[in-house]
Amino acid sequence: MSSLVIKDLHVEIEGKEILKGVNLTINTDEIHAIMGPNGTGKSTLASAIMGHPKYEVTSGTVTLDGEDVLEMEVDERAQAGLFLAMQYPSEITGVTNADFLRSAINSRREEGDEIPLMKFIRDLDKKMDLLEMDQEMAQRYLNEGFSGGEKKRNEILQLMMIQPKFAILDEIDSGLDIDALKVVSKGINEMRSENFGCLIITHYQRLLNYITPDHVHVMMQGRVVKSGGPELAQKLESEGYDWIKEELGIEDETVGQA
Amino acid sequence: MVTVETNSKMTEQDVRSFSASNNEPDWFTELRVNALAAAEELPLPKPDKTKIANWNFTDFPVHNTESEPFASLEDLPAEVKALVGTEQKNVYIQRNNTPAFTKLSEELSGKGVILTDIFTAVREHSELVEKYFMSEGVKRDEHKLTALHAALLNGGVFLYVPKNVVIEDPVQVVFLHDNEEASLFNHVLLAADRNSQVTYVENYISTVPHAKGLANIITEVIAEDNAKVTYGAVDVLAEGFTSYVNRRGLARRDASIEWALGLMSDSDTISENTTLLVGDNSVGDTKSVVVGRGNQKQNFTTQVIHWGKNSDGQILKHGVMKDSSSSIFNGIGKIEHGATKANAEQESRVLMLSERARGDANPILLIDEDDVTAGHAASVGRVDPLQLYYLMSRGISRQEAERLVIHGFLAPVVNVMPIEGVKKQLTEVIERKVR
Repeated sequence: MSSLVIKDLHVEIEGKEILKGVNLTINTDEIHAIMGPNGTGKSTLASAIMGHPKYEVTSGTVTLDGEDVLEMEVDERAQAGLFLAMQYPSEITGVTNADFLRSAINSRREEGDEIPLMKFIRDLDKKMDLLEMDQEMAQRYLNEGFSGGEKKRNEILQLMMIQPKFAILDEIDSGLDIDALKVVSKGINEMRSENFGCLIITHYQRLLNYITPDHVHVMMQGRVVKSGGPELAQKLESEGYDWIKEELGIEDETVGQA
Repeated sequence: MVTVETNSKMTEQDVRSFSASNNEPDWFTELRVNALAAAEELPLPKPDKTKIANWNFTDFPVHNTESEPFASLEDLPAEVKALVGTEQKNVYIQRNNTPAFTKLSEELSGKGVILTDIFTAVREHSELVEKYFMSEGVKRDEHKLTALHAALLNGGVFLYVPKNVVIEDPVQVVFLHDNEEASLFNHVLLAADRNSQVTYVENYISTVPHAKGLANIITEVIAEDNAKVTYGAVDVLAEGFTSYVNRRGLARRDASIEWALGLMSDSDTISENTTLLVGDNSVGDTKSVVVGRGNQKQNFTTQVIHWGKNSDGQILKHGVMKDSSSSIFNGIGKIEHGATKANAEQESRVLMLSERARGDANPILLIDEDDVTAGHAASVGRVDPLQLYYLMSRGISRQEAERLVIHGFLAPVVNVMPIEGVKKQLTEVIERKVR
């Protein structure tokens, strides 16, 4: 079993503190969901764990099986087993989706032991089928001109091809219609195993209708303010967030807003 | 290798005797002599934003060199063999100033296609050459360098595609530079007659690390009514040359000229690529990519000039600058009065890999007609840190991520190179230069 442990994490962007002491432990074979209204620090948590250049960790720790993640370069974090499905993936012109994926897979293998082309193509075809992606997407330039939905599917395709230990899915459901949501969920559920842990960041409960989380957390004011089981998500769906704010005496749940 | 001349300043007598030694017709000898006189008087060209007054465009060690020709494609040096497939049907290879190998399929020669070195062309196809050579494309008296080129021409190729002939396989040309003394006053003359089609691919390649001579290279492409010319080029000339490279096309009614230029030379270079859209509905599409390194100074002017109604001009140029290299990218879309419904688009992007490198993208639109469309995009910047973050977040190292972004940036030309060996070589050259 592997564990991703976040302890008292404080993060700033451009001098403004967004995370004010996040604590969270995710093990493989677990799916966690972080919910919360806009502006409460959810995406910042995701970006800080992956090492986004704009986010500065001012204190606290993130460890993966005891290894200090914050000391690692972004590619080393990925090599150690972390994956972030991004809310706004970059477009990279001139680099085909397939070439990019092969580079990503081969970066985890020794020189001289690159993935055989035929095996790569077979895997890719199979996973694209499962995600109901057109085969020609493999030869298109990475995310260039992709619709919002295509980008999301492409993030999940990468997840499935790379097979990390831990995935963080940053609002993978935003902008998806119900059919696309089902397809994306199918991909994520396919990943579920005792060697895989997942942190799903979302505003909405509807994604959790298709992917049942083991743990649900609510973030407000840059902290995890409440944790529970899947029933917490149900309650948030029917009652909203106000009861939590009331319970905790929070007036403005956002953080770092002007 | 034999060096036949030793003086650097060419006199009229030198030019006359060189012309005579090639058995050139009188009109060509006179053209050379007149051009030599004109070169004395004419000023240098004025590439925008690059001062070239102190560049050496006139002194060179020898005017002509003789090299051993190649008996077959099997005898080519490895660097050239990698470019030319053995199954290539239509090839011209020049070694320094010597026509070294020519092959044209019987099928094409039967249809009247001409592929031959420029000397033979001047002798044996004098009328055709006279019709097209430095008349409507590049004028011999444009400036000192065009005049000098006409006077001292010492190599090149002539390709003529007769009316209604469609050449399916690309015609391949390699200019091999393996004598550091050699200078290349090289002329490529490509005439595609009405309704014809051809794809032409050329390489300038140095296999010596250093050059002592000049490169004064002119290409003229004439696309007659409804002709379609695709022109690919990869220049990999050695450091030490002072290079003037002028590739110009003229497209008549319904004709199209598409350029894909990989400008990878290590020399200081003034490059001009102009497409003259004289005919209605003509199309000019220019894609060029550049990598600058070391202390290289370069200026790339790409122009499309519209006279034809409903003519379409596209310019794309992507440059990567590293070390202390410096490049100016001028893109000019010019629409003349009367060219109604013309469309002029351009995109210039420069990627800086070093603090010391310099790159300027200057998009210029000159429009003298109301009923047209035009647009431009230009940018100069570093590799986007968010792109690197994205790629690295998948496990790709920073170095490999940069490599992917750079290759992607230069892909528009690499991907359209019509000959596999040339595409591969261009990729390898880029790899080597940006490393």
